[in-house]
Amino acid sequence: MQNSKRVGRRSHSNKNGYLFVLPYALLFVIFILAPVVIAVILSFTNFNTIQKPEYKGLLNYINLITSDDTFMKFVLPNTVKYALIVGVGGYILSFLLAWALANMTKGPRTIFALILYSPSMTSGVAMSVLWKILFTGDQTGYINSWLMNLGIIDEPIIWLSNAKFLLPIVIIIGLWSSMGVGFLAILAGLLNVDESLYEAAAIDGVKNRFQEMIYVTIPSMKPQMLFAAVMQIVGAFQNGQISTLLAGNPTPGYSAQLIVNHIEDYGFIRYEMGYAAAISVVLLLIVQIFSSVSKNLFAEKD
Amino acid sequence: MAAYKGHRMNPDKFEKSQIKLYIFVIPLVIITGLPIVFIIFHAFKPMEELFAFPPKFITLHPTLDNFRKLFKATRSAGIPLSKYVFNSVVVTGIVVFASLLFSTMASYSLSKLKYKGRSTMLKINELALMFVPVAVMIPRYLIVNKMGLVDTYFAQILPLIPLPVALFLLKQFTDQVPDSLIEAAYMDGAKEWQIYLKIIIPMIKPAIATAAILVFQQVWTNLEASNYYINDDSLKTLAFYMNTLTSTSTTNTVAGQGIAAAASLIMFLPNLILFCILQKNVMNTMAHSGIK
Repeated sequence: MQNSKRVGRRSHSNKNGYLFVLPYALLFVIFILAPVVIAVILSFTNFNTIQKPEYKGLLNYINLITSDDTFMKFVLPNTVKYALIVGVGGYILSFLLAWALANMTKGPRTIFALILYSPSMTSGVAMSVLWKILFTGDQTGYINSWLMNLGIIDEPIIWLSNAKFLLPIVIIIGLWSSMGVGFLAILAGLLNVDESLYEAAAIDGVKNRFQEMIYVTIPSMKPQMLFAAVMQIVGAFQNGQISTLLAGNPTPGYSAQLIVNHIEDYGFIRYEMGYAAAISVVLLLIVQIFSSVSKNLFAEKD
Repeated sequence: MAAYKGHRMNPDKFEKSQIKLYIFVIPLVIITGLPIVFIIFHAFKPMEELFAFPPKFITLHPTLDNFRKLFKATRSAGIPLSKYVFNSVVVTGIVVFASLLFSTMASYSLSKLKYKGRSTMLKINELALMFVPVAVMIPRYLIVNKMGLVDTYFAQILPLIPLPVALFLLKQFTDQVPDSLIEAAYMDGAKEWQIYLKIIIPMIKPAIATAAILVFQQVWTNLEASNYYINDDSLKTLAFYMNTLTSTSTTNTVAGQGIAAAASLIMFLPNLILFCILQKNVMNTMAHSGIK
């Protein structure tokens, strides 16, 4: 009797809960939450890391929109293009691939999933040497050599300094490494859809696999779809670093300058921390917008 | 035409209807896999094949030369490779252990213990999934600096311990542990830490394995700490050293490319091996990964 009372009390308010969560929460607040808060605060200041930050109100944001030509002419359009293709396109591709794999037998599925996932193990960034070798700018470069052999080009192309090709290359690398945690989540979700739902749907008049995908599969795994969407968009932006690793910062003619590289440029090259912080806040807002769109698509409405 | 009967995911055997799936998937698998196969080939190429013109994809006479050169190479500061390996092993080991310990404790607390503020904390952690780490590099550096962590192991370790995705997956998985088990343990007079050790930990092993993979990947290839928080070369990690080898100046020479490929392979392999060993657990965990 006394024991069950204790259980009852514990299930309402349990102070030990704080103790268990404390170590994680402490480090989380210091190294994840506080940086975001500080970024927001710094974005309203002028800060060169040596002198004290100086309050400037919305000046950084106003400058970003009205007088940062690089941002408006290159960074923003590049980022939108990149986010749509690698974020949204990569997401659709990971769904289609996961769906195809889920309809295969276990052996090939496991091997294919492993290969597709492997690029994201090291993050595209760590593999930058690979792309530098493949895209070497003279005739000893692999891509150049192959294309010349096939007669597609006559002269070697200096891929990584060529404003025309750099962004497409960065996008391809982004797609290459986009079958990450989100892809695995979708695959697992697909494999766990209750089979009786399919039978019921067939009786209700679902006629083919496409209808089944739209009316049965996706609705019954919305939470995984949402998780994957968030992972996909965050991963895409995180991998944007690759463009400066390949071509230096700034990229030639700002052709592949993404918002992440713009932050590095102002933060670690020009030491205009306040301005860099404002760009960071814009980036966090962009991710937030993508996430809330996904939430509207996939949130479970009760 | 017969009425559509609905089909099953995860078929037991190969059927003709699956052929079109293979036609769609195999080219993409090949495109994805080729760069990785390439880096493996490249790492084992002898000098004359690295210089071969036209360049060859396949290595005809594999050699360990590139690896030998890599291990011999020391940076101008005169720090032996073994020091970087040691740093990486220590840092990775401590971070993975501490991260798993703290996140499993937090996931038990957030999933099974009831108290004020719990759901707010969950919401914040879920929101943190969307914080792109590169966006807050600068303020994080300022914090590390203010705490006096620059040029200590702590700067390499502490910032990497909290990983919101890992906690999120662990928490979702812990939700699957039946409450009745925990109530029964309470009835027997068990304390929270006993429940944590004897019930929660054994039951969420798949999620722990998954979290281990994710944390490992983060730490093992992390450059941020070595680049920005550490000035003393003798405290930097293998990832940093490998990255100096793959920087523009070295990869411009053909000989440097072979060494750089070997370095990339060394950074990549532990991830691959760990994932292969633990992949069953990953799929099991991902089944509960949804955001509701």
